[in-house]
Amino acid sequence: MIGLFIDDIEVECDEEMTIMKAAESVGIEIPTICYHEKLTPPGLCRQCVVEVEGARVLLPSCVTKVREGMKVKTNSPRVQRVRKTILEMLAGSTDLSNAQGLQEQMKESGADSKRFDNSEKRVFPIKDDNPFYIRDYSKCIVCERCVQVCSEDIQFSYALTTSGRGYENRISTYYDKELPQTSCVFCGNCIDVCPTGALIARKESL
Amino acid sequence: MNTYDRIVRTTCPYCGVGCQLDLNIKDNSIISAIAPGNIAPNYGRLCVKGRFGTDFTHHKSRLKKPLIRKDLDVLPRIPCGIDGFREAEWEEALELAADRISNTYLKKGSSAFGTFCCAKATNEDNYLFQKFVRSVLKTNNIDHCARLCHAASVAGLQKALGSAAMSNSIGEMKDLELFIVTGSNTTETHPVISTFLREAVVKNGAKLIVIDPRKIELTGFAYLHLQQKPGTDVAVYQAMAHVIIKENLCNRDFIGKRTEGFQKYSETLDEFTPQWAEKISGVAAEKIIEAARLYAKAESAAIYWGMGISQSVHGTDNTLSIANLALMCGHLGRPGTGVNPLRGQNNVQGCSDSGGLPGVYPGYQNVSDPASKVKFEQVWNCELKDSAGLTTLEMSDAVGKGLISDFIIMGENPLMSEPDLNKAQKHFSELKNLIILDIFLNETGEYADIIFPAASFAEKEGTFTNSDRRVQLIRKAFDPPGEARADWEIINELAKRVERKTSQSPSSGFEFSSASDIWDEMADLVPAFSGISHKRIEKESGVHWPCPDKQHPGTPYLFADNFPRGKGLFNALTLRVESESTSTQYPYILSTGRVLYHWHGGTMTRRSVLDEICPEALLEMHPSDALKEGLSDNQMIRVSSPRGEISLKLKISDRSPEGVLFIPIHFAEASVNKLTNDLRDPEAKIPDYKICSVQVSSESD
Repeated sequence: MIGLFIDDIEVECDEEMTIMKAAESVGIEIPTICYHEKLTPPGLCRQCVVEVEGARVLLPSCVTKVREGMKVKTNSPRVQRVRKTILEMLAGSTDLSNAQGLQEQMKESGADSKRFDNSEKRVFPIKDDNPFYIRDYSKCIVCERCVQVCSEDIQFSYALTTSGRGYENRISTYYDKELPQTSCVFCGNCIDVCPTGALIARKESL
Repeated sequence: MNTYDRIVRTTCPYCGVGCQLDLNIKDNSIISAIAPGNIAPNYGRLCVKGRFGTDFTHHKSRLKKPLIRKDLDVLPRIPCGIDGFREAEWEEALELAADRISNTYLKKGSSAFGTFCCAKATNEDNYLFQKFVRSVLKTNNIDHCARLCHAASVAGLQKALGSAAMSNSIGEMKDLELFIVTGSNTTETHPVISTFLREAVVKNGAKLIVIDPRKIELTGFAYLHLQQKPGTDVAVYQAMAHVIIKENLCNRDFIGKRTEGFQKYSETLDEFTPQWAEKISGVAAEKIIEAARLYAKAESAAIYWGMGISQSVHGTDNTLSIANLALMCGHLGRPGTGVNPLRGQNNVQGCSDSGGLPGVYPGYQNVSDPASKVKFEQVWNCELKDSAGLTTLEMSDAVGKGLISDFIIMGENPLMSEPDLNKAQKHFSELKNLIILDIFLNETGEYADIIFPAASFAEKEGTFTNSDRRVQLIRKAFDPPGEARADWEIINELAKRVERKTSQSPSSGFEFSSASDIWDEMADLVPAFSGISHKRIEKESGVHWPCPDKQHPGTPYLFADNFPRGKGLFNALTLRVESESTSTQYPYILSTGRVLYHWHGGTMTRRSVLDEICPEALLEMHPSDALKEGLSDNQMIRVSSPRGEISLKLKISDRSPEGVLFIPIHFAEASVNKLTNDLRDPEAKIPDYKICSVQVSSESD
């Protein structure tokens, strides 16, 4: 067991714990986007960043482990500014109309969805290639939850991957094949974890 | 976006995993389904059937009114579609059914009845159905499709251990150390279980040994694949036992304390060398030796199997050969360590538990045991027969011999699932009276006189018991279509009328007003269920039987301290070669099985969006066989056996070995059971679905 301070609360916890879990243990909830309880945290979205005394940059609390004597601020003005900006940038490039959780976070943090209104929009044709669900990647923020579900966090089917780099980065199948031509078994476990409604059961999309 | 207005938690109506399912309902229609969080047995996971395949409940061909055959009593009956029936009011249909049943009862007596209860219906439906059959029709001629799937697993495990169910729970799978999967294409038949098995391999470093004639998907995760020739399972397992004894790898302590018959059994193993087994099975002796060492030396080891073990003319021996291995290594009675037949239907475990078998009352209490008989007679207020009834195929035989004239079937589709279908169809066409309860007009319904429209899983309350003995609730999400009713409600009505018309003193045993009341009556009679009630399941989401009292937590894994029969029994085995053999005329072995997107006779999945992605049966044939026959992919092929022929498209694949063909069982237009053989295991009476001999030719020839 080690001791640290989170928002001035003294916390005792196992040294293998992440800052997020340690905060949770004393009732402090840190907002997240890509993190999901069932999945290996990818540390991608940076919405869960916290300020750690002595650290040069903000640290993603979903993957950073606690250390003895650490002093953590989970909601400092610097943290708040970063979180708000992340949401504003996502809103500027992606269609978040089905992303209920993100909309709530924007409201709570006072993020302005029009702040980066002039930015390049990520727009893709809807992929409608199977009888079960559709993939609307204009709504996708590339959190990679679906890729993880499809590979080694749940399904072990390995049908989804990321492709492209930088701005071109997106979720795809291998060689961009249509889903019925891949190892996809249409379990739909990816739909359950999609935070933005980019993956959606056909009947729900109507 | 189409948002739902309510969520109904229920249990998936497909395979035996028993996934918990949240149905998202809008305007009394299922628009999507999701997996609820961290709840056993699926812990937030689903497969394609559970997530997308429940739309059959809204299919336009659901039965909404009772149906009566237009040409009633014209024999032999000719199968007909919906146009061969007229719609009737419930009163008329119930009276007519009760009259016909009562006439037979009074004129020919109890033995003229054959009945099938249903592994898809609830425990409560099945309990009441078998109560009707036993207490009012006074016959034990009741069985269901468990006879056609795990009868041999049940017979073998009963003999060796005294209990026939998975001995481990699904929750233990991800922590496995070593496990064998044999005769189970788990990724397609129990998809969610397969995710936990793969997790054990990939994340936990577990070693998987696949013992299966086909190169199934799981072989890609396996440390070893023993690809035995169909029907040679006993040779492989006996040779593994030979190695374990010869190398002194057995668990002497366990054998001494918990088993009997080991000395005698071990003396029979001399001739079963790995080299001998290699000649029989085609599996290299070194692989058999390695598998034996891995299994015996593992700290904990579990064996999982499916139809490949049980659907065999020597299925009971197959099961016993597995039980022998587990007993000699002491691999029983601990977490992740045991013997596990994976049950195929949502409630096939529960249907058997609820007394849907010819030889036992609910809770596997023998009909010929006087104490059990008296107990049930007292509670049911009637006299009961003390001799076991006929099994599924014996009933079909008895129809052929004119001994059974009347059949009552709840939700089963024997004219898709029985072997040698042409023969079965002939038997059914000669029935004097066929009464059916179902949600659709299926292939068996086409022969019926009266069909009662039943409620689906989403339209009634009750419980299903999954493959790991977990009793879980289904909940009503919306009303049944038209005038359809829950099976138990239909039986309530029918039983009372037959009682009256046959002048039996009213037992008042069919006055139930809820599924929960039916469960309570059964739980009072079955010690393993005594601590389980609908209310408790509601609170805990599911309870594993045995659960003898309200304080008992339930039993996720069996045999911790003892076996139900006392000591585990070793059984000496010989290699029996009784399957149909290939010949120059019929040179291929045909195996049957399932595919991911469909389920059993296809009554539900063929009426679902699932049919869009998998609309037809495909014949799986090895590339070198296709080359030899001059056949190419997607060509229409005629496959025939000494019993019948079907036509379907060819899919060239090296999944099955040379000389072995595979055809799925779900497609009525290419019904593979027209080809299969009615040879049966002498003890379990299960047919030899995995082996029959066939020839192939191009449809255009």
